[in-house]
Order: sequence, then structure tokens, then C-alpha cells
Amino acid sequence: MRAFATLVHALDSTNKTTQKMEAVHHFFKEADDKDKLWFLALFSGRRPKRAVSTTLLREWAKKISQIPEWLFLESYSSVGDLGETISLLLPEPQGYLDFSLAEWMDKINALAIYSDEEKKEFILHAWNNLPHQERFIFNKLLGGSFRLGISTKGLINAISSYYNLEASAVSHSIMGEWTVENSNFEQLIHGEYIDSNLSKPYPFCLAYPIEDVEATLENLADWQIEYKWDGIRGQVIKRNDEIFIWSRGEELVTEQFPEIVDEIKSWEGNFVLDGEILAINNGGILNFTALQKRLNRKVLSKKIMEEVPIGMFLYDILEFNHQDLRNEPMSLRREILENLVAENSLQNLKISSVIQVENLEELKEIREQARDINSEGLMLKHKNSIYHVGRKKGDWWKWKIDPLTIDAVLIYAQKGSGRRSSQYTDYTFAVRDGENLVTIAKAYSGLTDKEIQEVSRFVNKNAVEKFGPVRTVKPELVFEIAFEGIGWSTRHKAGVALRFPRILRWRKDKTVAEIDDLEEVKKLIR
Amino acid sequence: MRLIQFRLEGIYCVPGKFFIDPWRPVDMALITHGHADHARWGMKKYLCHHFTVPILKSRISPDIIVQGIGYNESIAINGVKVSFHPAGHIIGSAQIRLEYKGKVVVISGDYKLQNDGLSTPFESVKCHEYVSESTFGLPIYQWKSVDQQNEEMSNWVVQNQSYQKTSVFVGYSLGKAQRIMKAVEGTAPLYVHYSIHKLNQAYESVGIQLPKYEVLDFREDVKHVNQGIVIVPPALVDSNVIRKIPNMAYAICSGWMTVRGARRWRSADAGFAISDHADWNDLLDAIKQSEAEKVYVTHGQTAVFSKYLNEIGIESEEVKTEFGEEEDEAVYDKVEGSME
Repeated sequence: MRAFATLVHALDSTNKTTQKMEAVHHFFKEADDKDKLWFLALFSGRRPKRAVSTTLLREWAKKISQIPEWLFLESYSSVGDLGETISLLLPEPQGYLDFSLAEWMDKINALAIYSDEEKKEFILHAWNNLPHQERFIFNKLLGGSFRLGISTKGLINAISSYYNLEASAVSHSIMGEWTVENSNFEQLIHGEYIDSNLSKPYPFCLAYPIEDVEATLENLADWQIEYKWDGIRGQVIKRNDEIFIWSRGEELVTEQFPEIVDEIKSWEGNFVLDGEILAINNGGILNFTALQKRLNRKVLSKKIMEEVPIGMFLYDILEFNHQDLRNEPMSLRREILENLVAENSLQNLKISSVIQVENLEELKEIREQARDINSEGLMLKHKNSIYHVGRKKGDWWKWKIDPLTIDAVLIYAQKGSGRRSSQYTDYTFAVRDGENLVTIAKAYSGLTDKEIQEVSRFVNKNAVEKFGPVRTVKPELVFEIAFEGIGWSTRHKAGVALRFPRILRWRKDKTVAEIDDLEEVKKLIR
Repeated sequence: MRLIQFRLEGIYCVPGKFFIDPWRPVDMALITHGHADHARWGMKKYLCHHFTVPILKSRISPDIIVQGIGYNESIAINGVKVSFHPAGHIIGSAQIRLEYKGKVVVISGDYKLQNDGLSTPFESVKCHEYVSESTFGLPIYQWKSVDQQNEEMSNWVVQNQSYQKTSVFVGYSLGKAQRIMKAVEGTAPLYVHYSIHKLNQAYESVGIQLPKYEVLDFREDVKHVNQGIVIVPPALVDSNVIRKIPNMAYAICSGWMTVRGARRWRSADAGFAISDHADWNDLLDAIKQSEAEKVYVTHGQTAVFSKYLNEIGIESEEVKTEFGEEEDEAVYDKVEGSME
């Protein structure tokens, strides 16, 4: 596992893309085929089911290091990662077990059929025979999420440059449903499994925020303009009568949306469609809080399906009758999509309508009013644009409406996790509710490193409660919070939920007396 | 009468009528060691270990009134028997022992039990009450042996050379910088920033031999340091000055580097968890060896550490002080610079 440990360490140690790429290349040179495959599998979320509960791991670790529960929790909150905490608390290893990543994964996979006592024996033995960095990785391999310090795009670029392949081909090849057992790394990245796999999605084409509106839209007629919706980006695949729905996170979400599956079943032909999954009632888009109620449920009750009906706005077609259309211009793809839709009866599915305007002024007005129909702005797609892999500047732009903002005061702070575990980076903000303060939002980003350090120091000096991970601080620092939407909520004390709250700026010029009042905030709800 | 009190100005010896490491100006200050959060300006008189004298003069002012004293020597101040004992933190660092009418209190300042090869090694002192820091008072902090740390740092330098890179170490200029110099001695030519050189002189003036080095003038061209070793204080991280160093790989040397998140936050090329403070086990060892009946925890993980001491049957209380900036600064203050 040394090569893999070196890779993880190297990826942690730099934020330079070229150095990260070098580290991956170095790993490709050292590791054997199965290790590379596991690396790819772990990175793309194809991890085996957790064989040992975290509760057991914690119990064993506490026992070995002889510390009480509360001290374990204090340590955990300071480290920000369970696997790492355990690894740091354990005493120095007594020996070294020299297995490859694949060998470790086989052993971990085999745990599923073991008794708890056998699992314990295996894990304690591993803990006692791995140096810290490898022990930490071993703990991560046992389950849970493992962030490797490189983006998907960075990894795909590293693979494609090392093997001299097209980046888009690689990202296509490694998507979809492959398993370590049935694949070979070289064959996989060279795309040898693609044809046999009906579920294989295409990488999504993404848009950049628009930079220069006037210059971009100089020839308005060159652009296909649509509303931008705040739902779940989805790719619907129908090939040989099998239906798959992929989310942008490369997750298969078919079972979550039976309404869409049922409707697509009745359609003729084979195709891959791109669109937005939304909560729609009587043709109107519901507030984002509605869709959230439907997501990630184990069981979809009849009640929730009636309460939050799902629909989809279709805006592109990527494949038709097994022919890849992504290199055809937008205008042609739109025509094919329109024809397909016209041939079928629509209930929950709709084609995303194209906005027709005479001039830019008119368009600006439409954008201003987008929030009234729960849209978050406009999408601009050049009529000649191909369907790119990922984000590419110039062909597709998003032109979002300006976010809503409020002024709120910092009342709780918590240390971050991962890279940010040494700083207070997770904040909870409050607005006024009569004489009191009421929590309105949590936000994690939007400050510079320097500002985070400044806030961290304030928290250190002004913490009211010192135990546990959360610090209650004197309500003094005022921030402007931006968010994309706002809806009613029974889960939050304030009775409202904000969509994508983030810190816009630190209002050092304002005092806590000048923050917003909850009643005013509620008036923003549509 | 209580022997010590925690006052607004600092730790006060009641019968002795003097302060230990005060943070406000007072008449008489006993200083445990030369770091800026323990040795502040504005005292009418200072008393410290002989080795700390040149440090105070260099950092505060050459004109201060300061008296030096050796380890294990004792003097009487207003009837209180006072002696200084090695704390192993940096050169001249001391635990200050106070004895009055049979009662003994030890104020340990900052300390470590590991022998870094430069500071006089820590010596345990028995007492009734012990005043202890707790900078790394969490069980996740467990240092590797000094030999192991030195080997890892030297290996890193050699590895950088094989990639034609210059090794840049970040560590505060009093204590850590000299430890780094010692750790990587002989692997490559050594260059240090002027602020470190100034304190090196204080080391050399009391007879401590440091490895050969050159002072690096960042106003000049610094290309000649290529593939060598450069040591800079934390204030220079991310500065334009440091960017002049060719093909740099930089490492942060601090106890905080134990945690992956802290290493990634700084996105240094390497992080070495070496510290001049005691780790979890050594804090507990030092306290147990003192056989103290009561422990005051001054700075760091005060709440957690004193709760734990009470749980294992050692009476303890946390005390609010203004110590403990310098290790924090190494992590938090890359922009504004440290107290160094």
C-alpha cells in the first residue's frame, strides 16, 4: 500500500495541478493493474459496503488508547476525520504488513462474512502493523467517503496525458457501471467496455457564469435562450427498452423518479436526453424546498408522490437511435428533440421552452422577473455549439439572477473538516426576531483564508462554551449572506430555509443592531 | 497566605512580591524563557537564566535591567527561596521553583521532555502545586523520537536535491530554527533569514555550537541557494521575498502538522510535526513526576486537559493567561507574521 499512501500524501501536499498530475503519473508507474483499478474505483465512489460499523471501530480504538468517550470526541472534533483520529490515537505500530492496495481491498471485502470477533482481530492486527499514514488510509478504506485531493477533471487529465488518450474518451470510459472484479484497468480506460454497457451516460455539458453580457449577446439571433431551473440535472437514457436516469453526480437515480420512467417507457425509439428534474404542480414549478422532500428517500410513499409530483424539463438530446449527436450543432439537436417530443404524448415531461425576444432590453426584463416563476435565471446556448464534455467557455453561459441578501450575525462557529480542520470555518448566523436572535443559516464558504484566520482568532477569544466541537460566540461579527432562494420550512426554528446560503462579505462597518429582522426576511418568500 | 495568585498583570508570588512571566509592566519579573508571550517589554527588573539574558536584550532592548542566574542555583527574594530548573523548551528555558514556609510551587512556563540536543534537558522538580501549559493537551499529539524526526527531515532534503529543488523550512526563529539547523546538518549548504541569524548569535554567545550557515540577504539575488537549505520565520510564508528562492519545496515544522487538515490548509510541500512543547504523554509524565497535589493549566487545551487530570485523580484548575501565542501564530498568522 506504500505507493498508494505516497500518492495520497503527495496529493495532500500541494494545490498545484501539475504537481498533482505528476503524483498520479508516479503512481501509475509504480502500481500494478489491480491497484490502479482500485484507485479509480475508490475515487469514483465504487467502494464496497462498509463491513465494520464506525461504532465498533470507535469502541476498539478507545479501548486500546485507554481514553474516555468525551476525550475521544474532543480529539475527533479537533481532527475532523474519524479514520485519522483513530489512527493518531493508537500507539506506535509493532511491525509492518506489506500488502498491495488490491490485497487490502480483497481482505476488507472478505470481512462481510466474518463475525464481529473475527473482524476485530483482523482490524486490530492491521492497526498494530501499519505506520500512521497507511493506518489512516486503511481506516478510510474500511468505508465512508474518501476525498483524494484531486478533482475528477484533474484525474481524467492525468490519465489521458499518461496514456495518451482523449480526455473526453477517458471520462466516458470510466463512467457507468463497471466493477473491479470484472475489469482490467488498461482495457477500461481505453474504452473497451463501453459498447456492452447500456447504462453508460455521457459526461454533462456545463456552463460558465456569463462575463460580458453585451459583447456575448451582440448577435441575439445566434443564441438559444431558455430559463435556468433549480432542480436536479438529469440524463435520461432509453436503449433497447431499458431506462436509466443519471444525476450530475454520476449517480443512478432511476428509482427515485418513477413518474419519469413510466412516461419514457411509452415513448418510441432509443435516445439519451438531458434535462432538469423538478417538482411541478399544474404546470408551475414549486419552491425548491418541495423537491428536497422527495430526494434520497428509501421508500416513496403514495402520499409524498401526490404531495410533490415530479416532472422534467427536457433541453437536449445527446443520442438518437444509437447515434451520438453531441458533435451536431445545438440547433439541429433542438430540432431532433422537438420532433421526438411531438411524436409522443407528454404528461410530466415537458420540452424546455425557448425564449423569443427582439432585443437585449427585453431579455433583461425577463431575467429580472425569473424569480417569480421560481426560475434562477437564464441559460444561453450558442446555436452552433456542440455538446461539450464538462465546462468549456464560450458556447454555453448561465446568466443567473442576482442572489438575495440579508445581514446576519455570527453566533456559532465550528472547525472545518479536512483541509480546514485547524480553523473555524463553519458558521451559523442569526437574524433578529423581536428582542431575540434566531438562527437563519449555516454557511461554509465565501471568506478568504486571511479572513477565516481573523474569525478563528475572534472565536478563540470570544468563545462562551468551550467543550465539544461547536463554539458559541458573542454576537458581534456581522456578515452579508447571499442565497439563491428562500422557502417555508418546518425543520428550522426560524420557519424558513435558505437555498445555497454563503457569505458574500464581512460587514465590518455594521454592528449587531443593524442586522435584518425575521419578519422582513419572510417577505422574500414566493 | 497563598504562595501564588493569578492576577490581571500575570502570575504573582504573594510573599515574594514579584511576578512570573507577566503580560503587563511590573516592578520585578521572573522570566521562564525568551519567547515573546512570556518575556514582554516594560518590566523595571528582569530575572532569568543566564542564557536568556542575551535573548531578552536582543528582543526587548539592550538597556533593560536584567540579572542572570544558573540552573539549580537558589536566591532569596523577600524570604521566598527561588531557583531555576531546566525546562527543555529552548535554550535558557526554565521551570521556576518557589519555596516558602515549606510549601513548593513550580511554574513551568513552556516545556518539553524530548532532548533536542540544544536546550538543557528537562529535569523534573517535585512540588505541591504545578503550573503547566497544555498547548498539545490532546491524545492525538504524540511526537516521534528526535532521531526519527531528524532522519525524516534529512531524507526530505536529499530527495529535494534529487529533483533539483531547494528545501525551505519554516519555523519560528527562536528555538525551532536552530533545531532544524541541527536536524539537517551536513546534508546541504545552510542559509538563514536575518531574524534567525540574530538569535543564532544569542545561542553562540553562550557557547552553543550551531552548524555552519550563511545569512541570506533577500534584497540581493538569491539564485545561489539552489538545491540548498533555507530557513525562514513563519512571517515570510507566501511573501514575495520567499518566492525569489529558485525551485523551492517548502516544509512547515510545527506540532500542528500532526493533523492532515492542518497540513492541507497550509498546502506546504511537507509538514513535520516537531515541537518544542510536550506532547500528550509527556505532559502527563511531567505532571505525575512532579507529584503535585494541584495543577494549574495555563494555556492551550486548558479545558480538556484539566478535566482529564481531574478524572485521573489529579486536582486541577484552568487559569486564564495571555500565554500561548507563538505556536498558534505559526499556524494562524502566515499573513500578518508571528510574534517572533
